[in-house]
Amino acid sequence: MTRVMDAPRIVTTKPLVVVRNVDKNYGSVQALRQVSALVYPGEVLGIVGESGSGKSTLLRMMNLEETPDSGSYTLDLSDVSGNLFELDRFARRMLCATRIGIVYQNPHHGLLMRHSSSGNVAERLLVAGERSFATLRAKAKSALAASEFPLERLDAPPIELSGGMQQRVQLAKAIALEPALLLLDEPTTGLDVSVQALVLDTLKRLQQERQITMVIVSHDLGVIRTVADRVMVMRRGEVVEAGLVDQIFQDPQHAYTQQLVHAKL
Amino acid sequence: MTNVLDIRGLTKGFIMHHLGSKMQAFADVSFSVDAGEFVLLKGANGAGKSTLLRSLYRSYLAQSGQILFQSDHGLIDLAQAADIDIAHLRRTEIGFVTQFLVARPRVSAEAVVAEPLRMAGVNAADALDQARHWLETFGVKPELWRAYPTTFSGGEQQKVNLARALIRPQKLLLLDEPTASLDANARAALVTRLADLKSGGTAMIGVFHHPGDVEKLIDRVIDLTPETRTEVVRDDVAI
Repeated sequence: MTRVMDAPRIVTTKPLVVVRNVDKNYGSVQALRQVSALVYPGEVLGIVGESGSGKSTLLRMMNLEETPDSGSYTLDLSDVSGNLFELDRFARRMLCATRIGIVYQNPHHGLLMRHSSSGNVAERLLVAGERSFATLRAKAKSALAASEFPLERLDAPPIELSGGMQQRVQLAKAIALEPALLLLDEPTTGLDVSVQALVLDTLKRLQQERQITMVIVSHDLGVIRTVADRVMVMRRGEVVEAGLVDQIFQDPQHAYTQQLVHAKL
Repeated sequence: MTNVLDIRGLTKGFIMHHLGSKMQAFADVSFSVDAGEFVLLKGANGAGKSTLLRSLYRSYLAQSGQILFQSDHGLIDLAQAADIDIAHLRRTEIGFVTQFLVARPRVSAEAVVAEPLRMAGVNAADALDQARHWLETFGVKPELWRAYPTTFSGGEQQKVNLARALIRPQKLLLLDEPTASLDANARAALVTRLADLKSGGTAMIGVFHHPGDVEKLIDRVIDLTPETRTEVVRDDVAI
């Protein structure tokens, strides 16, 4: 059932992300049980499941915000090696600031609400060591443009922006350093439908034009169906089924996946 | 003739957990398809024609049997292959034409059509040129090329769908009622394109409500009706 770990015969590229046998307990609650996942360069892996299924916990682990009780996590990058869960705090922070981008469900999560939007994006570049004001401004502008942020509002602070606009600032911040991996935690929840479409369209374009590898968590199956290439279905901390997006939606195997797919409006 | 596909003992059923029941779609289907060959699947509604096509494309998971595909990378069993390999083959060697367009919000018709070429590494301008050529061939009006197909009529959507599915030659092409809801001109353009692809060596397996549309292309008919499952060669085709 766990096709997500099947070894390919034709595709010779190594997976960018390898998560193996991750276990995580919070007291007596088992949040993740023997969870494994592979993500190949340029693909979008969708993770679905009900609240409490462990999908967001897994995503936060990929962003190194949490450490599991056991298991390993590697990224196939030239300057990164070994089990990333074993990195110290400083190394984790640098890795997340430079190679991994994340967009949270809450549009203003991680934003400095009273700084300018371009300043918010530039801050990420500063962490990575960029110091030239002109370069900072130019790179921030280009990341905001790629996220379809209206450029006449570059200097507006997020506090003056709508949720959809804030989400785009978050996205620009996440992609400013051209991360190897982009993590998205319910990126469209709480946005109105037209803004949702815009965000999804932007993600798809980023995948196609920049070949950014993404992992997206959502309880909205329509979102997953639109952007994901492969899907992992989680329940109670376990992966119950994984497969190509059309197979998961058209021929779900597990009783829980069938229940999820049939419940979609 | 080079063998492209060799299906052996393929069986597919669906387990409906909420009903606690199983439904058999087809069992023990075996046949092979050569390069440049056109195989028509026949059978009453529910005989499993579309289910078979979807199982070959791996939208459905077969329960048992083999789907041996002669890929550019060697022989591979599509029933067992890793998802990532299937995704790769869909981008490069295996095409699927359905009756339904999967349109994404805010993506123009020409971008939808150009996408398979873009994924194959063709530059944006060339991909767009070719996309427009095929939209024109299938009879989509130029003023619609930059519009979003989500709002198009069924027939127009189907044309966009065909242009997208047939824009690049594939080794294996699966056709699920591609002529449904098409006008006569678009049907003619489709038959011409299929004939070109066929003579270029594309192997095709198709389901057609009105097989008369593609009569000249058919080499073989396979009847999936369980009691009468037979294979008929072109000379005595009865459609």
